[in-house]
Amino acid sequence: MAEHEVREAIAFEDAAALTTADLTGELSEDRTTELMTVNIGPHHPATHGVLRLVVDLEGEVVRDLKPVIGYVHTGIEKSCEDKSYWKVIPFVERMDYVSYFFQMQAYCGAVEQLVGLEIPPRAKYLRTLFLELNRIHSHLVWLGTTALDLGAISMLWYCFRERDRILDLFEMAAGQRMHTRYFQVGGVIEDIPLGFEQKCRSFAEDMPVRVGQYEALLDRNEVFLQRTKGVGIVDRERLLDLGVTGPLLRAAGEPWDLRKATPYLVYPELDFKIPVGTVGDNYDRYRVRVAEMVESAKIVAQCLDALPEGPFIAEDRKYVLPPRSELSTSMESLIHHFKLVTEGFRVEAGEVYNAIESPRGELGCYVLADGSSKPARVHFRDASFVNLQSFADMAADSYIADMICSLGMLDPILGGVDR
Amino acid sequence: MPDAPGLELIRGEIERDHPGAVTSTSFDREQAALLVDPAQLIAVLTWLRNTPGQGYRFLSSLHAADYLPAEPRFGVHYELINRERVERIRVKAMLSDPGDGSLPQLDSCVELFPTANFQEREVFDFFGIEFRGHPELTRILLPEDYVGWPQRRDFPVGGEPVTFTYNERNYG
Repeated sequence: MAEHEVREAIAFEDAAALTTADLTGELSEDRTTELMTVNIGPHHPATHGVLRLVVDLEGEVVRDLKPVIGYVHTGIEKSCEDKSYWKVIPFVERMDYVSYFFQMQAYCGAVEQLVGLEIPPRAKYLRTLFLELNRIHSHLVWLGTTALDLGAISMLWYCFRERDRILDLFEMAAGQRMHTRYFQVGGVIEDIPLGFEQKCRSFAEDMPVRVGQYEALLDRNEVFLQRTKGVGIVDRERLLDLGVTGPLLRAAGEPWDLRKATPYLVYPELDFKIPVGTVGDNYDRYRVRVAEMVESAKIVAQCLDALPEGPFIAEDRKYVLPPRSELSTSMESLIHHFKLVTEGFRVEAGEVYNAIESPRGELGCYVLADGSSKPARVHFRDASFVNLQSFADMAADSYIADMICSLGMLDPILGGVDR
Repeated sequence: MPDAPGLELIRGEIERDHPGAVTSTSFDREQAALLVDPAQLIAVLTWLRNTPGQGYRFLSSLHAADYLPAEPRFGVHYELINRERVERIRVKAMLSDPGDGSLPQLDSCVELFPTANFQEREVFDFFGIEFRGHPELTRILLPEDYVGWPQRRDFPVGGEPVTFTYNERNYG
């Protein structure tokens, strides 16, 4: 019998035990059980930012991994200590650069609690409106890039098409498409312009239809379902121990949302639901976020319906700039304006931790005031930073390709992780 | 939030099991805080987490602040949530600077709250507070060869000096 035929016979009988390399005698050692440590990132398109992963691989299966972070650390928290309170706002927006309105709300809310400033009803509604637009925006960026990781390129274009409409709305109200500095201590910087309401309403009406179209593209897509269902499961207790919040926790069946649990702004007056999953796999994470987009669109429409008339920022001249029109006629307004833009306002000593529900979970802002016009400490409990600890659990014993999918579903924003 | 009397009740109950563990309480701007003896921090956190009827099982945030010039100057904050009653409580441990070049130390709570892993590393990275018993206490956001504890209040903010080249050239 020719040698070639003998090899074929072995391969057929013990196909499970032998690899091609063993059969041809190219390898002396058994390569299938050897652990190999591989570095992925920090500059890698699949890591959604500057994230480095040190991965222990057994063949193609991830056995352990360690995220290495800090590549975009810019010392924002330290820089905030050198800025007067109102100048901190544009700084903190640049941490988690996809959900900047949430950063502003966490910070402004904390300062308002410190000084005991009540914001007018119209400002509360406007803030809620923009927060929810920002939540849709953030989830759209997540959906587009994560679907792209799984090979669904067209999703990116569809998601960014809708995202652009939100950015248009931001630009209309605040003049900027990103990092708007729209929220101020005491309210919002400007009222919404004419035509905004109509444009925003048409967006809120379109959005559920668009979400339906995304679902039609993904929910019956065999590739997408096989790549996400049953992948990256972490049970609810483990998630809670790891401090995970937001859609990741809700996908595991825990209905924990700070908008319902510790109501702030006008959330108690609105009618919306908290989507939860059952299994806690990547498919549930996708379903929860997609359902959240529809709920957020409902909130936007309700805010427009109920938007009360009245001032959009508090009247307190010790914290809020006087209207521009008064500056040329009132000496007192001019003095207030001058004091606020030079020294800023002083805040009595005290400390506050203000937590809100960002698209990624609990976003907490801790502000320590020492009586001067600059905060003594600004700390952000960023949800991405804490959630990232669960990544080793999500990716353990799955393929590299599934690890990439899990990372997308984790939705970390590295600007928020590193700050 | 537990209200002010509720906070005193909690303090009294901890006092019964761990005498001297709570040094004072504060109820400021609707936020309840327990100031604890750093040596008994883990005992208090374990009590708040595991005692039936308390159930502060979720550590939402762990962060530090430098209260310079106050003494003791460092405060490590533990923001706990009871998710059933939706109550938040802050546990604060104050540490002073040993002054001999060594780092202030505190017990790690990673075994009690695994979520504290990254956050304790962050506090170590920026304030130079050592957590005894932490599995891997290394710098997390700054490079590992960085020298100094930048979030301390006596660490300068830095920046570039403003150069007055025009004035120096023409009038200097």
